Amino acid sequence: MRYADKKGLIEYDASFPSEVKAASGTSLDRCYQCLTCSLGCPSAFAMDYLPNQILRMVQLGLKRQALTSSTIWVCANCESCSTRCPNQVDILSLMDALREMALREGVVKETAVAAFHQAFLDNVRRWGRQHELSLMLRLKLKTRDLFSDLDLGVRMFRKGKLKLLPQRLKEAREMRAIFQRTEKRPTGGEGA
Amino acid sequence: MKYAYYPGCSLEATAREYDLSVRAVCARLEIELAEIPDWNCCGASSGHNTNRRLAHALAGRNLALAESLGLDIAVACPACYIRLRTTGHEMKDNSRKRAELAKLIALPYEASGNTRHLLDIICHDIGLENLKKKVVKPLQGLKLACYYGCYLVRPPEVVAFDDPENPQTMDALLDTLGAEVKDWSGKVDCCGGSLSLSKRDIAIKLVSELTDMARRAGAQAIVAACPLCHANLETRQVATGQSKLPVFYFTELIWLAMGITEAESWLKKHLISPFGLLGSHGL
Repeated sequence: MRYADKKGLIEYDASFPSEVKAASGTSLDRCYQCLTCSLGCPSAFAMDYLPNQILRMVQLGLKRQALTSSTIWVCANCESCSTRCPNQVDILSLMDALREMALREGVVKETAVAAFHQAFLDNVRRWGRQHELSLMLRLKLKTRDLFSDLDLGVRMFRKGKLKLLPQRLKEAREMRAIFQRTEKRPTGGEGA
Repeated sequence: MKYAYYPGCSLEATAREYDLSVRAVCARLEIELAEIPDWNCCGASSGHNTNRRLAHALAGRNLALAESLGLDIAVACPACYIRLRTTGHEMKDNSRKRAELAKLIALPYEASGNTRHLLDIICHDIGLENLKKKVVKPLQGLKLACYYGCYLVRPPEVVAFDDPENPQTMDALLDTLGAEVKDWSGKVDCCGGSLSLSKRDIAIKLVSELTDMARRAGAQAIVAACPLCHANLETRQVATGQSKLPVFYFTELIWLAMGITEAESWLKKHLISPFGLLGSHGL
């Protein structure tokens, strides 16, 4: 639904709060905007909206604003917000649910972060374990950032910190099957 | 004392020295580590950030494999530790979720085992009294800031061996080893490790805040228990006129205090050389 205010059109989606609530498994109504989450957030300085503002957006059904924020991607997953919330709102689960939705709808603002996750999981799908050298190379190709950290990579390689070849699981095929099973949309509520 | 050992991917490559020192220290302390056969990546933050069903499945396969060995799991990497514990915690009292997970991983899983971090096992099961008896070469005069980071202490419903805001386990350990442990306020602040490759600027800012805090507290080095924090603290530390702070794994320092010199080959793998600092203290 849309309504107009002085600044222009605002869209809100009345089903968004309940969708997020079901997907995150956390109670959003408990937030009383004390700002504890945002004050302790290490990435807050790099966010377009603070975590407490994202929570308010979800409550109000401002789906587009929440899903296209940089906040959900520059969140460092440190769990400080969820740990310190005086009203037990699990903000990290909320962020996870919003990230999943943003990916599904193809509205990711911080593409480098999403590219990292994609490259990371592509490797795990293929070999069952992470292989850091190819993770770094894949990320470079995906983000077209070919020259940063090259000296660092060379130093790590010389120190024997980067293996040339990936370690492949015996059951690598089973690994791919697990990925495929989890990619079918869940029948409802929270994941597995 | 026998555990199913889950090294995690970093310990096979960027954190090789952590794996070597963990295995060596555990052998000395008679903690038997049986590596989980064919273990897989836990998915780390990329898993739960993008598909939480996948995150549970990746962690769950390892939990199920360890369960079939009848052993509790010992983990070195806190990022793996939190993934395995989160899944174990969510499955424990929920038979519906357990059944769904068993279907995803095509393995039986009862959520019967426990997952422990090696810092917890060494400090609480072996105990500092016993460890003290093995200290041959106390780390006298070495001024250290113990860095716990995020996942050893958060969220407290899932990981609960220490206080989430002011943990003491590692401080007491390094004190037992004879080092001068500095009190500081960066202990549980995030270093931005999960963004180290994708949002370099954030990682650099958070790391420089941590190293500034450690320096102000009078520390000459930082002690970590996480391969991702270690890599991030080493690679995202920017030279600012002062020399960079070396970063140790707690297991490397236990080994040094046991008076064994073989550690040199591990310490050579550090990107910030600790030899100047160690040499100045006769270690």
